[in-house]
Amino acid sequence: MATATMSRMPPLIAGNKNPGQVTAEICRPLERGATGLWWMAFIPAVALLSIGVAAVVYLFITGIGVWGLNRSVGWAFDITNFVFWVGIGHAGTLISAILFLFRQKWRTSVNRAAEAMTIFAVMCAGLFPVIHMGRPWLFYWFIPYPNERGPLWVNFRSPLLWDFFAIGTYLTISIVFWYVGLLPDLATLRDRMRGRWYGRLIGFFSLGWNGAARTWHRYELVYLLLAGLATPLVVSVHSVVSTDFAVAQMPGWHTTIFPPYFVAGAIFSGLAMVLTLMLIARKAMHLQDYITHRHINAITKLIVATSCLVGLAYATEFFTAFYSGDVRESFAFQNRLLGPLWWGFAIMVACNVVIPQLLWFGGIRRSLFVVFLISLCINVGMWFERFVIIVGALERDFLPSTWSDYTPTTVEIATFAGSFGLFFTCFLLFCRLLPVIAMAEVKAVLQPSLKGGERS
Amino acid sequence: MTTVYVAGFEREEDLRAAVKAAKNSRWPVLEAYTPYPVHGLSEDLGLHPSQLGKACFVFGILGVVLAVVLQYWVTTTNWPLNIGGQPWNSLPAFLPVTFEMMVLFAGLGLVATWLMRCRLYPGSRSWSPRRGETDDRFVLVLGQPVAVTDAAEFRGHLRDSLATTLEELEC
Repeated sequence: MATATMSRMPPLIAGNKNPGQVTAEICRPLERGATGLWWMAFIPAVALLSIGVAAVVYLFITGIGVWGLNRSVGWAFDITNFVFWVGIGHAGTLISAILFLFRQKWRTSVNRAAEAMTIFAVMCAGLFPVIHMGRPWLFYWFIPYPNERGPLWVNFRSPLLWDFFAIGTYLTISIVFWYVGLLPDLATLRDRMRGRWYGRLIGFFSLGWNGAARTWHRYELVYLLLAGLATPLVVSVHSVVSTDFAVAQMPGWHTTIFPPYFVAGAIFSGLAMVLTLMLIARKAMHLQDYITHRHINAITKLIVATSCLVGLAYATEFFTAFYSGDVRESFAFQNRLLGPLWWGFAIMVACNVVIPQLLWFGGIRRSLFVVFLISLCINVGMWFERFVIIVGALERDFLPSTWSDYTPTTVEIATFAGSFGLFFTCFLLFCRLLPVIAMAEVKAVLQPSLKGGERS
Repeated sequence: MTTVYVAGFEREEDLRAAVKAAKNSRWPVLEAYTPYPVHGLSEDLGLHPSQLGKACFVFGILGVVLAVVLQYWVTTTNWPLNIGGQPWNSLPAFLPVTFEMMVLFAGLGLVATWLMRCRLYPGSRSWSPRRGETDDRFVLVLGQPVAVTDAAEFRGHLRDSLATTLEELEC
């Protein structure tokens, strides 16, 4: 039955390609000059990045007072952006590790770009807590090392320190995982670009990979073990991020549902960003044969599933708040629904729960433009989710005398825009310099008749 | 200087068939080079299961031990600070850092061991047949045949039906 269903499905890679064609088509954009379309995207990205750099330099010179924070709202745009970017970073590992363990072969076309996206998103995320420190040049004090300040050690009981370890490990392991998967493709590029300076540079980083069966034999085990390590890691990272809030006593934050709720939300937002980027890359880089409707269909189904999980978490939070009988907790949720940030809550529910339900319909899933719009909505909605949770709670805490409103300043908005600039600049450079599709992995999932021999 | 025989194939099944034929003819297979991992090739070549899992486990344990010892020593001995009345040794609160250190050590240790085992390092100029094995070719490198009569038969077989190229190289 399962075999019959599988045989009716369209092939993963369209266009009846053989391995040689895959190499030629994926390497082609790297071997010729940048297209006008690439420059049209790259110049605005660098401009946005410059705005962000200017905002951060101004912040460093002047101080945290240039942000709209006040006595009650000590975390706002910065931490919202931090959680937003970390969340986006989760899809890469979901696709590269979790779907690998589930033997989902469709991941091969999107894993390289999704992992790159993870690394860049985590870089953007790491930026925000660092610039929020006031004295960011002392950032290294986070590292527990013997020092002459006492010795003064970090507080190992603090979720903020757990965060440092979680994000640091996640970034490191993501880069390693990405690089391990990249090695065979770097060797392919090295062999194609022999004699060119870029070929020599790539050759240095390809570590002398030669495709020997013994190396592949061990490579497969290394990849499997890294996937096995990265799977609990990805769950731990956003669980730890959620404890930044859940361990605090703040009404609206102090709940045990936070870790699974945040992990589901992170994967949801990450998948939406993967979809946004892949739909653009597919069109701009002519990758229609590699990222087919089957891939888009699979991602949209995952989005529907995670959207329902996120919706369930929203509902559970409200139910628990009222069922607990805790006055402050109930108030926090009344405030979320009807308070000053009601519009943010409305955007978050509409974008994260209501609109993604359209993806239940096959017709909508096949319309790539509509899917693209939905993915944009989810990106917006998930940013508002974090904003509503963080700012909504801090604006209205236990004592009405400490209540205060928060409005972001231009500097904060410019920094946020700058993080998008950093993300897209890195992503566009990646598209120019490295193969956006994992060639070796795609070759392994081509139809048996095209690559020779039935697969066992 | 030894002579090696380099056979190129267009399809993975031809490579696998040639590996089996070489084994039957007692012609030593030195190495096979492929553009992607070919399932079943490891068994055909008789490669032993890799021991890298053990290295990963040992590094993971090392990460756990280091993390627990560091946190315990810091919070109970070197700089005990009363934070919210929590006990000096707050083991449950040490779990996240311990877990992250385990993953970090296991992952980095595993990859470092693998790179060393496969002699992959920056600037490495390890021998490769350079017959398109990183693109779409499957390459088999054979050593000196043990029995010359079997080898002649095998070479004919290889040339006639399987290999697209067959060369002798001095290296």
